[in-house]
Amino acid sequence: MSSISDYRKREESITMSTESAGMGETHELLTLNIGPHHPATHGVLRVIATLEGEVVRDIKPVIGYVHTGIEKTAEQKAYWKAIPVVERMDYLSYYFNAMAFCGAVETLLGLEVPPRAQYLRVIHLELNRIMSHLVWLGTSALDLGAMSMFWYCFREREAILDLFEMSSGQRMHTRYFQVGGVIEDIPVGFAQKVQKFVDGMPARADQYADLLEKNEILLGRLRDTCPLDAETLLGLNVTGPLLRAAGVPWDLRKAQPYCSYEKFDFKIPVGSVGDNYDRFRVRHAEFYESSKIIDQALNGLPEGPHIADDRKIVLPPRHELATSMEALIHHFKLVTEGFRVPAGECYYPIEAPRGELGCFVRADGSAKPARVHMRDPSFVNLQATAPMVKDSYIADLIATLAMVDPVLGGVDR
Amino acid sequence: MEIKREPIPQDLDFRSRQLMARDMLRGELEGEDLERYVEQAVMTTTLDRAVAWAQGNSIYPLTFGLACCAIEMMSIVASRLDIARFGFEAFRASPRQADVIILSGRVSIKMAPVIRRIYDQMLEPKFAISMGACCSSMGDFNNYALVPSDKFMPIDVHVPGCPPRPEALAHGILRLRDKIQHNEREGWRERYAAVGTEEVLRDGEAHELHGGVALTAATGESQGA
Amino acid sequence: MLDRTALEALAQGLRDAEPSSVLGTTFDRGRAEIQIDPSRNVEVIEWLREQGFTFLASLHGVDYLPEEPRLGVIYELLDMTEVRRVAVKARVSVEDPKIRTVVHIWPGADFPERELYDMFGVVFDGHPDLRRILMPEDYEGFPQRRDFPVGGEPILFTYNETEHYGRDR
Repeated sequence: MSSISDYRKREESITMSTESAGMGETHELLTLNIGPHHPATHGVLRVIATLEGEVVRDIKPVIGYVHTGIEKTAEQKAYWKAIPVVERMDYLSYYFNAMAFCGAVETLLGLEVPPRAQYLRVIHLELNRIMSHLVWLGTSALDLGAMSMFWYCFREREAILDLFEMSSGQRMHTRYFQVGGVIEDIPVGFAQKVQKFVDGMPARADQYADLLEKNEILLGRLRDTCPLDAETLLGLNVTGPLLRAAGVPWDLRKAQPYCSYEKFDFKIPVGSVGDNYDRFRVRHAEFYESSKIIDQALNGLPEGPHIADDRKIVLPPRHELATSMEALIHHFKLVTEGFRVPAGECYYPIEAPRGELGCFVRADGSAKPARVHMRDPSFVNLQATAPMVKDSYIADLIATLAMVDPVLGGVDR
Repeated sequence: MEIKREPIPQDLDFRSRQLMARDMLRGELEGEDLERYVEQAVMTTTLDRAVAWAQGNSIYPLTFGLACCAIEMMSIVASRLDIARFGFEAFRASPRQADVIILSGRVSIKMAPVIRRIYDQMLEPKFAISMGACCSSMGDFNNYALVPSDKFMPIDVHVPGCPPRPEALAHGILRLRDKIQHNEREGWRERYAAVGTEEVLRDGEAHELHGGVALTAATGESQGA
Repeated sequence: MLDRTALEALAQGLRDAEPSSVLGTTFDRGRAEIQIDPSRNVEVIEWLREQGFTFLASLHGVDYLPEEPRLGVIYELLDMTEVRRVAVKARVSVEDPKIRTVVHIWPGADFPERELYDMFGVVFDGHPDLRRILMPEDYEGFPQRRDFPVGGEPILFTYNETEHYGRDR
């Protein structure tokens, strides 16, 4: 039994302070490579952790393992054809990628999006936000050990993907948003199905809360772990739920409304302490708010065209191709060469599920963009993980990575 | 080496099989009927076919998600299209314990050596499914940053789609299962000119693993097609 | 949001505070941009920070290939209290792509500056750890420059697969 008391004595010698860190006989720093293939990372993120015992003293994220050259590929394609390329960047919030790009191009063109298209865009964006948070919740709970959440969240996700499939034909990367509006009006029955889903979503979110909130293990792993104050976060240029969890009520849907968000009445959840539990609660509360927005958008859906009218930019409807010569010529020019955008630059920021997603487009007057840059929220938020996990356990590192919710497609582009 | 493919004999329709089963339970089946029933209900086969059948029904995939296709792979594990019914539910994080690597997503040039190393760490018999357009060919992104997975590792099944629906991936997985159970996979060694690259188990006695069925040292000959 | 007059007022204040740092202003379709001399970027940004633009929304680069100087470094600044955005553009040439870092002002500029180095070759003086971030460490070339080829693999059909993979079938 003396070995146990030795162990307890050694355990007591591990402090959370940094004075004991250093090289020496009794204190040694271990460098551990976590990833890029690891059961707990969200995507191919490699973390080089410097450990003292079980305490993390420093981490260095290494990224680039899914770098796809999206920005370079988008320069080779016409504006219309670059939308699917840009959509595949942050692969959980594909409508947001398309929205940022289309918004930037529409600003450069000076194109007005009709109100029905804006409401349809809002419906799909908020459905995508709910879906992204569902995947986050499922995979984070899986990381923390609560495996059942995965199946419940993906059950809801399948319902949302059925809605996406109904409106656009594809489950993921739907190419539904186009420059000027949306590609097709919603089919008959879509609004009812969305209403049914949205009516049931708050009850589901309550079920998730019931399952997780009173669980001691989850609370112990999330409460008061890895907090970071608002000033450090602002210095790190963090946006989104991470910043809101620290108490800063910054949301681009309220601060700089775009796409008729100013017409909807919703709140933004804000935390107080900025620890992992607040980040969890902020994202969970966004389920309710997004459901409210979709509900209001459905009730107030205006009639009208689903895409802008300008035939030099938007494809004509197919039935006109049989009768009108101009429509045929427009169609031909738009499909082969594409529309030209007058030279200029534009930065269009929107509020994605992970933070501020901005699209910078430089147009040089031709039919292809000269530079497309997506300012991805996960890329910038990932820098915040190093100060967050300093002097906590490895288990807290895993929980923090789960709560930061990086999507490596956006980080690496 | 002859590759024999025998489908499960099912020459009777469902109603006749039902009646035969009822007669069997009553003890009324005799003679030729009884023999036919036994043939259909009991698989008599060689050992390697039995082993291949068992292998095909209990494949452990490696948790290997790269990009968007990984989300569809996660939804294949979820409840709507549940691959646990095929025996695939035990996703293993360690390559030493996994049988199939499902490359789901785009393979960048930084990740390719990592994937190759992980594939090398897997033990024979191992398989690879290339899921999605990006890793099979270059997909949407034919540029400097990606490499098609065919270039650095042998792939058994390519599943097209961007991303493939869960049903499509399930089709690919079942196709792989067919391959395993009917021993078609000898094919890849010929295709990639890799005959002779089988692993050596013990010094002195080279054991050839044909289609993953290990041989005994005593017989030293292949059991299998 | 900044409009043209407010942008001009800001640029005038900047000219008074940091003489000969402003090379021009542009207000186009709602975007306010100030072009500055790259050697004065830290002073300009610190002055703008005092005016309220305390948040760096984005740091990215552009390659203006036929026009010199080729490489543009763009800081998108955001004033959170009054919700104003302004872009600050500094252009450096390919022969001497050096510019000072702003990591000491915003630690969150670390990754974007590394990405600019990786993709364009812009060297940030004073950056603590300027390595490649997206490409492999030993990669040669700067992919996002306009004269860098897109690359890619030839599409394999049965008629050309032998010459690319060397298999004989």
